[in-house]
Amino acid sequence: MPKTSFIGSLHKNVFAGFVVSLIALPLGLSLAIASGMPPSAGIVSAIVGGVVVALFGGSHVTIAGPGYSLVVVILTAITTLAGEDYYQGYLLTLSAIVLAGVIMFVLGLLRMGGLAAFFPSSAIEGMMAAIGLSLIAKQFHVMLGVDASKKGALELLAEIPAQVADFIALASQDSGVLITGSLGLISLFILFFNSSIRNSFYQRIPAPMWVLLIAIALSYYYEFAGFENPIPKTALISLPNTIEELVVFPDFNFTWPIVSVALTIAFVGSIESLLSIKAVDKLDVFRRRSNASKDLRALGLATSVSGLFGGLNVVTVISRSSVSVTQGATNRSSNFFHGAFLVLFVLVFSQTLNRIPLSALAAILVYTGYKLAHPLKFVSAYKIGFEQLLIFCVTLIATLSTNIVLGVLVGALSTLVSHFIITRDPLLFFLNVFKPNVLAFKEPEEDTYFVSVKHSCTFLNFYKLQKKLDAIGYTKKVVLDFSLCRFVDHTAMEGVESYVHYYEKKGGLVEVVGLDTLGATSTHPFAVRKVGQNPLSRVLTRRQKQLGEMAQEYGWSFSAGAQQLTASLGSFVFFAARSLNKSYNKLVDAEQRRVIFDVEYSEGEFIAKEDVKCTVMSLQLNGEIPAFTLSREGLLERLYALAGYQDIQVPNHKEFNKRFHLSGPNEEKILRLFNDQLVLFLESNAVYHIEACENRLLVFKNERLLSPSEIKAMAYFGRELVSLIECSFTS
Amino acid sequence: MSVRPNSTSPVLFKKVLFGFAFSPNLENNLHEVFRVCRFLDAELTLLHVGGCTEKKKAALSTLLDQIPDAQVVSEVLWKEGDPFQTIYDQCDILNIDLLMIGAQRHEGLFRFYIGSVARKLTRRVNCSVLLLTNASRERVACKHVVVNGVLSDYTAEAINAAFFVGQRLGARQLTIVEEIAPNKVQVAVDDDRSLVKSLRKKHQLELREDERVRSIVSAVPESYKEGLSFRTQPIFGKRGYSIGHYAEISRADLLVLNAEKHTSIFKRIITRDIEFILSDLPCELLIIRPKKERNA
Repeated sequence: MPKTSFIGSLHKNVFAGFVVSLIALPLGLSLAIASGMPPSAGIVSAIVGGVVVALFGGSHVTIAGPGYSLVVVILTAITTLAGEDYYQGYLLTLSAIVLAGVIMFVLGLLRMGGLAAFFPSSAIEGMMAAIGLSLIAKQFHVMLGVDASKKGALELLAEIPAQVADFIALASQDSGVLITGSLGLISLFILFFNSSIRNSFYQRIPAPMWVLLIAIALSYYYEFAGFENPIPKTALISLPNTIEELVVFPDFNFTWPIVSVALTIAFVGSIESLLSIKAVDKLDVFRRRSNASKDLRALGLATSVSGLFGGLNVVTVISRSSVSVTQGATNRSSNFFHGAFLVLFVLVFSQTLNRIPLSALAAILVYTGYKLAHPLKFVSAYKIGFEQLLIFCVTLIATLSTNIVLGVLVGALSTLVSHFIITRDPLLFFLNVFKPNVLAFKEPEEDTYFVSVKHSCTFLNFYKLQKKLDAIGYTKKVVLDFSLCRFVDHTAMEGVESYVHYYEKKGGLVEVVGLDTLGATSTHPFAVRKVGQNPLSRVLTRRQKQLGEMAQEYGWSFSAGAQQLTASLGSFVFFAARSLNKSYNKLVDAEQRRVIFDVEYSEGEFIAKEDVKCTVMSLQLNGEIPAFTLSREGLLERLYALAGYQDIQVPNHKEFNKRFHLSGPNEEKILRLFNDQLVLFLESNAVYHIEACENRLLVFKNERLLSPSEIKAMAYFGRELVSLIECSFTS
Repeated sequence: MSVRPNSTSPVLFKKVLFGFAFSPNLENNLHEVFRVCRFLDAELTLLHVGGCTEKKKAALSTLLDQIPDAQVVSEVLWKEGDPFQTIYDQCDILNIDLLMIGAQRHEGLFRFYIGSVARKLTRRVNCSVLLLTNASRERVACKHVVVNGVLSDYTAEAINAAFFVGQRLGARQLTIVEEIAPNKVQVAVDDDRSLVKSLRKKHQLELREDERVRSIVSAVPESYKEGLSFRTQPIFGKRGYSIGHYAEISRADLLVLNAEKHTSIFKRIITRDIEFILSDLPCELLIIRPKKERNA
């Protein structure tokens, strides 16, 4: 999509901002009420988030406003910080929000934009599900318009059947309860089946706004029909009537309980925002990369400002951002306009808003909670691996029974324990945790970056790999090698996958090699991988799948599993000094003349033994040719040199002689083979090491595993090489 | 088995000390030490700390009898006392240029285990140190030498020595690695704009480093460079550690590092370059620390 000027795309952003504000209004009201704050707090937070983050942020198409992750934290803070005096508790919580903003700002200054990468993804998922369940727990009875008797999230969840029974009993006597609860249930119904209503007019307005419109319409209906509104005043929201009521000032009194609330808000708010920013970056049509640290600073500033005006904390919100993008937002101005439209709504419709029943708003949150704790989340965690489901559940229960921060820490700890159990090697982590295990360099004479990861790649050290991949630039070609790794966890697999997408979108390429020999704990592509888990062929890696596709495309055959080594390989001098262990990922062309495979061999003996993995190609010729070796670095040639053969100089090809080492026993025959055509072909291609022995050729590039695209190039090189050599030899 | 590749170039290490203990690896280590000394044209002194008994003497002479040629001038010293202090003192007394220590391999826990004495010596002794990991009876050809090119104390000496040793051992390829530390780039990559900035800065750094290394290489005697092709390779990673990682990937046989002057306590605590390499030894390691520091 071509970039247009700011002015040229303004109308799109204004429209996107308008649509988002339609969602932000009901969500802001409901989040504020669920948090125990006046309804205006959510609107204040959305307005401040829109304006401040749009002005100072570092992301492009995100929307900032009140988030759902801290609803329960803030509600608990308000009801406990000042005992029974909830108003004082509210003022103290505001001061905690202001402090949390300062902390987030400092995190941004410390460039903690990658903070979210430090937590295992299953633990984060578990935390989100726990937030969802506690939203349902706290809001379900509000939606039905009945009272709850319990406090804790788990107790409230257990009480839901009783609440339903309560509602049925009360509704038959009291029409107020009936109407309130029915409105809540109808709202929930609309939200659930919103996507299945295929009406273009209906779809113009977001579902949460429909909920509000229906509730307001009902209230007007009663008014115009002359009935008294059956919904009691206490079940309706009440916006402050005067400016003095609207503007409250926090009570700054920093004691430990307040500071700990502030730390929780800063921690959870930052993680929620950073995850959202990453996710929204994937949606951006211009494929820009957000400056997460800068955004974190802006969010911190917005949170402080919002707290000063009596609002909720500000985070980046994923659902509103994605709506903004689908409505055509191209830059931060959509965030700004979403705030501006909210100001307009409040000024124009403030009296109308007072007609909204709490039950309809609660339905919005119950639905949000349901989406966060969707039953399929358990299934997908299980699909990645049983241990991921355990981590997910442990985090979920720990979060529900203690608090969010502790819950995530328990999740991280259980992930670590699961790694110990899976690898049966805790020392692998303890000894290497502080070692810089990632190396990146540009390969000589090529445009490929080679990134090698050693020991293990887990949530503890993924940020190191992340830094390297960020610094290379998404337009480059990267070969990411895990062959020195003994263990790769789910968080790292998922993270690598998202980098594959980032690079792909920007025109670069990340190709992962070296995972093929690591077994997986399940068939899921992001499953934990470790040395010596399963038979090789059971769970194919992305590379193996790509090789399989390549085989299909070219009419070759591909087999992934470990194979018997052909005896003919041993006749090559290269393998004479090395002991072959096994070969796998074998590609054979239709005529069975070109065979490409990964081979694992050992160099050195006994204490100096070193296992090397490398991709090689073996070529079958129609006739016998003189034995020779050709390489750039004298890698092969030395082996012959030991046997007494010298460099062979091809006459009239100075450049070739300078770049290549050619040697072999029969100089005369070799020179006859290396005619001008062959020399030119070799000069104009990437450098391969070639060894000839009787009627076979052994070809390899670097002594490492090759990525699928490199293998394709090698296959092509092999075809040309065979035809040139045969042509030269027969003539 | 093979002839010494070249012996015309001036000798860099005249006197070599090998401190040994009676370990199962001693036989291989002795073969290697004698072979290296022959290639380097160096005088060898064998030092055992821990008292001399007839049994030990007999064991050593059995081993020495197996070593094919006795071209290397050698003597055996038997000392008693604290192993570290004794070897440390002997290096000074005998005016040693190169101390050789054998590293043992432990499967599983560490790849190579370096004893606490060896570790301490590596850090403190006043001469260059060669840590043997690849010792074997038969010669395993040394093909690829990797040397650190980062601007630091004794970098020029290290490159010079790498050329000398590489050529004497018959290596074909020498790679000078320039580790470009992230803090030198001074631009944190946050978004696309800072990425472009950091790439530009990195490119500048690469050019500058390359220029510097080439000027060092041009000062290396021509006779050291014969038969060796060299290239430079910028890598991005943690200083002092990533070079080990690189040596492992590029299948180096010898890694040459420069020692650092320990000027202050603070720096000694912070600088863990060599510690990193020692904890994950990829191949034979030569640490260059010129003798002149001892006189100063």
